[in-house]
Amino acid sequence: MAGESKRMPDKKGRFGPYGGRYVPETVIYALDELERCYRQFKKDRRFRSELKGLLADFVGRPTPLYYAERLTAFLKGPEIYFKREDLNHTGAHKINNTVGQILLAQRMGKKRIIAETGAGQHGLATATVCARFGMSCIVYMGTEDMKRQKPNVEKMRLLGAKVVPVTSGSATLKDATSEALRDWVTNVRSTFYVLGSVVGPHPYPMIVRDFQTIIGRETRRQSLRLFKTPPDAIIACVGGGSNALGIFADFLKDDQVKLIGVEAAGYGLTSGQHAAPLAKGKPGVLHGAFSYLIYDDDGQVILPHSISAGLDYPGVGPEHSLLKDSGRVTYGTVTDAEALRAFEQVSRLEGIIPALETSHALAWLMKHKRKFKKNEKIVVCLSGRGDKDMPIVASAGMLDE
Amino acid sequence: MSKRIADMLADRGTRKLLVPFFTVGYPTFKRSLDLVRAAVDEGADMVELGMPFSDPMADGPQIQFSSQVALKNDTTLKSVLKAVSDLRQTINVPLILMGYVNPIVAYSEKRFLADAANAGADGLIIPDLPVDEAKSFKSVADSHGLSTIFLVSPTSNKERVEQIDGLSTDFVYAVTVTGVTGSGRKFGRETDDYLKRLKQTLRQPYVAGFGVSSAESACRLTRYADGVVIGSKLIGLIREAKSSREAVSRVAGFLRTIRRAI
Repeated sequence: MAGESKRMPDKKGRFGPYGGRYVPETVIYALDELERCYRQFKKDRRFRSELKGLLADFVGRPTPLYYAERLTAFLKGPEIYFKREDLNHTGAHKINNTVGQILLAQRMGKKRIIAETGAGQHGLATATVCARFGMSCIVYMGTEDMKRQKPNVEKMRLLGAKVVPVTSGSATLKDATSEALRDWVTNVRSTFYVLGSVVGPHPYPMIVRDFQTIIGRETRRQSLRLFKTPPDAIIACVGGGSNALGIFADFLKDDQVKLIGVEAAGYGLTSGQHAAPLAKGKPGVLHGAFSYLIYDDDGQVILPHSISAGLDYPGVGPEHSLLKDSGRVTYGTVTDAEALRAFEQVSRLEGIIPALETSHALAWLMKHKRKFKKNEKIVVCLSGRGDKDMPIVASAGMLDE
Repeated sequence: MSKRIADMLADRGTRKLLVPFFTVGYPTFKRSLDLVRAAVDEGADMVELGMPFSDPMADGPQIQFSSQVALKNDTTLKSVLKAVSDLRQTINVPLILMGYVNPIVAYSEKRFLADAANAGADGLIIPDLPVDEAKSFKSVADSHGLSTIFLVSPTSNKERVEQIDGLSTDFVYAVTVTGVTGSGRKFGRETDDYLKRLKQTLRQPYVAGFGVSSAESACRLTRYADGVVIGSKLIGLIREAKSSREAVSRVAGFLRTIRRAI
């Protein structure tokens, strides 16, 4: 399952200097237990076949690699393909990971499931698998995000999950994650924490990446069939960074494949209101891992800003920090305004409403199309669909006649 | 190893240790120092000074609140070190700094530990730095004569308890229940068994904390533990008080009750 990136992390959960386990002693045993079970089950044939079956019939995999013909014609640049993670059940890549983690939870005998969510896509994907497996589900969500992603809150409740509003700090993903960790520290014996991105203490960044690696494995197979070669470049948005690592991991060793991660520049990188730790942060510790982070001179975490709730996070997965330092992945940024423009253009040109998160990857490509030759094949990870974002784009005035 | 802590432990006889916690900068910088002095007057054996952090993962609502207020009052690690040197003018009990990793990373671990030792601090407790990640921190702290106190939890197995004991200087901090600070849960048989088990396994003394909110709970814990840490309860008393004078008298009164009881 780990694919080609099996070498990382090392035994201590480090990606080079990044990663580790900066958590209270109380949850160390649970992380050990989780790692042990994961290593055991990823080799287990029954586990693998059950996962494979669910991904096919419940999630709807493989997802298509789709030629975005009108966007390509419009940009008059390289050939653009979408890896259609928006077509997964629940509308985003997040469910690849929650299906895997719920099978682990089941085998570990844990019946109470908790999760954090920003955009609500991970919360929704967790609520969905909890309904499917009859487990009780508690989702921590910032009140700010509950407002801007209301449709997802309603769906989670319909599925039987309890959505707990988090009011501390910026009332967004950062605070929801802290609150989920506090719950886990308290109820660690009975509870499985389904973490939604390649962040947090080891072994989460490894487990989430491995469950998401299916995106890249399919992309490779589909590219070889369509182009006879891997794509020339792959572009994905980066909040915590799970869809990006999911599609990158299988191509890290193919040096000729350019890999580009796109962070949220919010109101602009110089505005101080962004969510771009790789561009503007420094290594630090938040939520259990050492990784790039935006914080002030006193070490206090700066409240991030992005119009996209899923990218509105001050940190990033530790493996991305290493990939930035090594230069294997190029990281760029896109502002709220640029993302909104791409959101609208792609909706109209392709008949696909992309998530605002995904729109950052699309906007980067539209802005930098000249970096690519005309016949080059570019894959954008279309990580999720955008109907959840209607309240945001409406309040941005996009829907006015 | 800190001489002040070693001397205090050597002189304590059969007395149980009373260890209050205050967040530096809450309710204000000056008032937080007044509270520490009042606590020492009531017989505190050591004082924990909280270094506020924006995202205190191991803390419940009370300490989250005090941290937020302290940060609004522009409390930084520099102000914490100033608090230590100010207190050192009049106070001789050990002062233990308690806070999270990131502000220390931002300050620079090496510089911070050197400055903390110079200011007159005696030790550090960092809840998001488990022993597995503490190698360089520990060796730098050792070189400055600062004690490192690590936390054991009800979920730590025997092997880990021994490891934590080995890396802690002078004493160990036992988290009473799985949870964050100020849980307010009742301590039952399970806690007794755990504390008894610790007494048998640990070579060093230990204090128990997280959720100690009454004389009754302090007594129950000190049947096995060598002392108790009280934090969230004190922050709650300060929050309820209508004036700073009332805050000091409520905190002093509560600590007096505990001092008598244990």
